[in-house]
Amino acid sequence: MWPPISMESPMTDASTVFDAWWGWPPPVLDPAGPYAESVTVLAWALFAMGAIVTAIVAAALFVAVAGPPRWKARLGGEHTVWIMGIAFPAVVLTGLLVWGLSLTASLTDPITGREPRIRVTAHMWWWDIEYLDAAGRVVRRDANELHLPVGQPVVLELKSADVIHSFWVPNLSGKEDMIPGRTNLLKVQADRPGRFGGICAEYCGGPHALMGFVAVAHPVAEFERWLSGTKVGAGPAVAQDVPGTVPAVTRRTPTAVDAAPQVGARDGQALFLANGCAACHRIAGTPANGLSGPDLTHLAGRLTLSGGILPNNRGTLQGWIADAQSIKPGNRMPSYDNLSAEDVAAIALWLETPR
Amino acid sequence: MTTACKQPPQTRHDLDEAAIERGSRLVAEAGCTACHAFPGIGWPRGLAGPSLLTFDGRGPIAGTLPNTPANLAAFVRNAPATKPGSPMPAMPLSRSEARDVAAYLYGIADD
Repeated sequence: MWPPISMESPMTDASTVFDAWWGWPPPVLDPAGPYAESVTVLAWALFAMGAIVTAIVAAALFVAVAGPPRWKARLGGEHTVWIMGIAFPAVVLTGLLVWGLSLTASLTDPITGREPRIRVTAHMWWWDIEYLDAAGRVVRRDANELHLPVGQPVVLELKSADVIHSFWVPNLSGKEDMIPGRTNLLKVQADRPGRFGGICAEYCGGPHALMGFVAVAHPVAEFERWLSGTKVGAGPAVAQDVPGTVPAVTRRTPTAVDAAPQVGARDGQALFLANGCAACHRIAGTPANGLSGPDLTHLAGRLTLSGGILPNNRGTLQGWIADAQSIKPGNRMPSYDNLSAEDVAAIALWLETPR
Repeated sequence: MTTACKQPPQTRHDLDEAAIERGSRLVAEAGCTACHAFPGIGWPRGLAGPSLLTFDGRGPIAGTLPNTPANLAAFVRNAPATKPGSPMPAMPLSRSEARDVAAYLYGIADD
């Protein structure tokens, strides 16, 4: 179902592939932080224990069917039932329970309130992401892309605007439900910079399987720069790969010059407003102030479109505007097939403007 | 006099398997699938552009350009500059990547 994906590191592979795709679908047993680590260790331990018990049962079955009569008699005795049927499971399961609870105790460590806070609100079928300051005010609004500082716990306020969704970045933490009318808190932590695929893990209707996002973990200084509004995604279209940091933009968007033949003198902003896009989409600094669809202010800097499912470039953006329903059937954005290709190109070019 | 009966070639183009492989990855990674259907890629299969399931490497490129690998590569990379009036946007492909995509497209006929 999924297109072929390169699983090599985004740092080394950036020159040949669009590494927005890197890490998709997200690997579930490759922890990048302490919370995912404890879950992974527990998963392997439970799997190992299950394998051992299965081997014992298989051996007992073999003995029961084809073993010597003396072994059969011993296996069928009351003694064996007491030891293997009651004592062994009680001891093993109790041990696993105590060990598992202590291993995962850190998942429910109290929240100090000093962690960076990000509010993630799930919608059918996209993610609204708001970065909060210490006073709880929204300092930056974005969608379908979660930026994190490396090496520290980040608290996510998980909400839902409609039905039950579930937040899951397998590299960073376990799943947490997003329930209408409630705020669930989840701590995540990435210990290395990188991109990690995220996905909705609770069936939420229609294109649920196409409701993804990308988590991007930056070194702290880089994260601060990004959050303070330094135009990540602006400037040269070619990535500046600094070792140990996450390249701001690795996709290469064609230049405005390339679009000139299609766009001509058309005014992308006027077309955007005239065709009602602003009823659902907000773009800071413009009259567009709709809130029922993803905020498009920082669209130019995003890695993906449509909730993590397409790389973000002019081709995919024009295709999405023209016929979103064929790409993500059932999503809430209509296909704007009433627009000419030139008008779509003008809107796409205007949306690509870094803000 | 007998003339040797020679089978016509499967395709008019020399197919470089490595380039086809790279090209097939690139159409997924660049998001060509947002508007076009390709064989072997179940999703996405956008319908805004023509289906390429049966791209056979014959006929003019995009209906007007001489059918050469160079023209096809130029078109997939920067359609509006190659064929004025094309609704297809320029795509973020390098020239060598565009050649790989062209090789992949010519290879579809042999699938």
